[in-house]
Amino acid sequence: MSLRDSPLGELKVPLAWTGAVAVIVAIVAVVALLASDRRDAFRSEAYGATRGVADQVLAPVGDALSAPGRWTGAGIDTIRGYFFAVSENRRLKAELKEMRQWRDVALALRNENDRYRTLLGLRTDPPIPMAAARVVTDSRGPFADTRLANAGKERGIKVGNPVMSENGLVGRIIGVTTGASRVLLLTDTASKVPVMIDRTNARAILTGDGGPNPKLEYLRGQSPVKEGDRVITSGDGGVIPRGLPVGTAVKGLDGRWRVVLASDKSPIDFVRILLFQDFTQLVNQRELAERETPPPTAGALTVTPQPGTASATTAAKPAAASAPSTALKPAAGANIAAKPPIAPPKTAAEKASHPGNAVGAKGAIQKPGVKALPAKPSALKSPAPKEPVAKAGGPRPTPKSGAEKPAAKTAKRSGAASAAKTAPVKAPARAEPPRPPSDDEEPPT
Amino acid sequence: MSAVRSLEPWRWIGIPMLQTLGATILFGIPLRIWGLQLPEPVFPMAAVFAWGVIRPSMIAPAAIVLMGLSLDVFWGGPFGLWALAMLVAYGLVLSSRSMISGQGRAALWAWYAVVTAAAFGVGVVVAGVKDRNLPGLIPLAWQYLATIVLYPFSNRLIEMFEDADVRFR
Repeated sequence: MSLRDSPLGELKVPLAWTGAVAVIVAIVAVVALLASDRRDAFRSEAYGATRGVADQVLAPVGDALSAPGRWTGAGIDTIRGYFFAVSENRRLKAELKEMRQWRDVALALRNENDRYRTLLGLRTDPPIPMAAARVVTDSRGPFADTRLANAGKERGIKVGNPVMSENGLVGRIIGVTTGASRVLLLTDTASKVPVMIDRTNARAILTGDGGPNPKLEYLRGQSPVKEGDRVITSGDGGVIPRGLPVGTAVKGLDGRWRVVLASDKSPIDFVRILLFQDFTQLVNQRELAERETPPPTAGALTVTPQPGTASATTAAKPAAASAPSTALKPAAGANIAAKPPIAPPKTAAEKASHPGNAVGAKGAIQKPGVKALPAKPSALKSPAPKEPVAKAGGPRPTPKSGAEKPAAKTAKRSGAASAAKTAPVKAPARAEPPRPPSDDEEPPT
Repeated sequence: MSAVRSLEPWRWIGIPMLQTLGATILFGIPLRIWGLQLPEPVFPMAAVFAWGVIRPSMIAPAAIVLMGLSLDVFWGGPFGLWALAMLVAYGLVLSSRSMISGQGRAALWAWYAVVTAAAFGVGVVVAGVKDRNLPGLIPLAWQYLATIVLYPFSNRLIEMFEDADVRFR
């Protein structure tokens, strides 16, 4: 039967109606796509294969398209350098003279810092490896502020890695593929970064709104910020290391505190991607789950568990034994060799060197030259340890006390115990206690 | 007045789509001239408005979805934001077609501004829901202004194809 013979053969549907139906169907499909999209997630698979392939294709295209601009800029710089060589030489000489003075100050401070660290047994963050990349595309709208950098997973870049320019923090990686990675800028509406005011230690969340100056939200305390205050990353949440320069605080036209980004001082053409791993990535989950139950304290009253009663079993666990178990958690999670329970510290120097106290995630990695805490059970079981708390393998300018003597004694002799109480040394990076790691948990940025 | 072209889909939908996407990629290069960045208008909005005015079509919504998703992938925004925003704009143009067809250039430009504002409104709602954070008014206003000045391109497309299908005049 031909179509003309069919009863529906003469049926004519106006194109306006079919067009409207097509629009409605398309809207439903797009809403479903939108609902399933999670571009700010910290899971690499959330970025999606479509975006990954598109970025992979776009990176070389953007690189080729931006090449004429780069060449022109380089040419202009060459000409400018030729014509302004004398004045630039004069300026550089003056700058060098000033920098030499700063170098002397920096060396003295570094020496002093090393001494304090050795005395207090502090372990600092290790140097963070970086990958350099060039920005090849740029989006600047109110709904999306991202950039595509021409370095991808082959360079070890992962989702969540912070990105910096030579002036300050730019954003973080939200998608990685081979040869390209997508950077979510601090100005994007999806960007929320924990920051602190350098002068007052006041915490805030830096929230982008598509404009050049992101907002400071959830500021706490009375007048925690004033015009011109330096804003740095706080390291809270563990995704971005503490102390990265972000910008300076200004009062916006809308009366809210905003930040003039340090990275805006110059064009962001080259970026450094910090291959930073937060605590949840470093921690050995299996080792953490398989920790041994500490033995009951000698002399403590124990209740014989009644068969078939769960409460009796719980009650049989001595309270004293559970405390070291908790204290062990950060140490074991931080891949430190000390597996037996650690007694709580008594002195200020011990407190500072206690593994569950000062260092969080990154602090657990040993800086070259500084040895780990002793793993001797005898030292750890005793409530007042006589064994050395930290051995200095690196530079240690305290020959009187000697490297083999206990740090607590050394601290007392040199007056460092009181120094530790007054804390003259700036708090170590990421001094916050580590949060309990979880696979499903998402950091708050 | 330009000559009237035949209304073949690749001619009135395909080529403008490629042109707008090409312009978007070109304006996405990280270039600063005297310290100022290039503006970033929503180029496909001009084509979307023109398609709605020229005639109803079943291919146009599919092309709009494709363009919107391409924009989202290229700009790194929420996947589907611009597709939804432009579909809403196209729906508005389509529903008001009988009212705006035959109007003068200024009236069409004003309607284009209204439709673009609606699309941006959808974007604000989506960003508010997805990111729990509203975009600022100033960046919104900049991109909106940069987009509505593109109306001459839309007008050119309308003039080229408006009379191609007399059934929809």
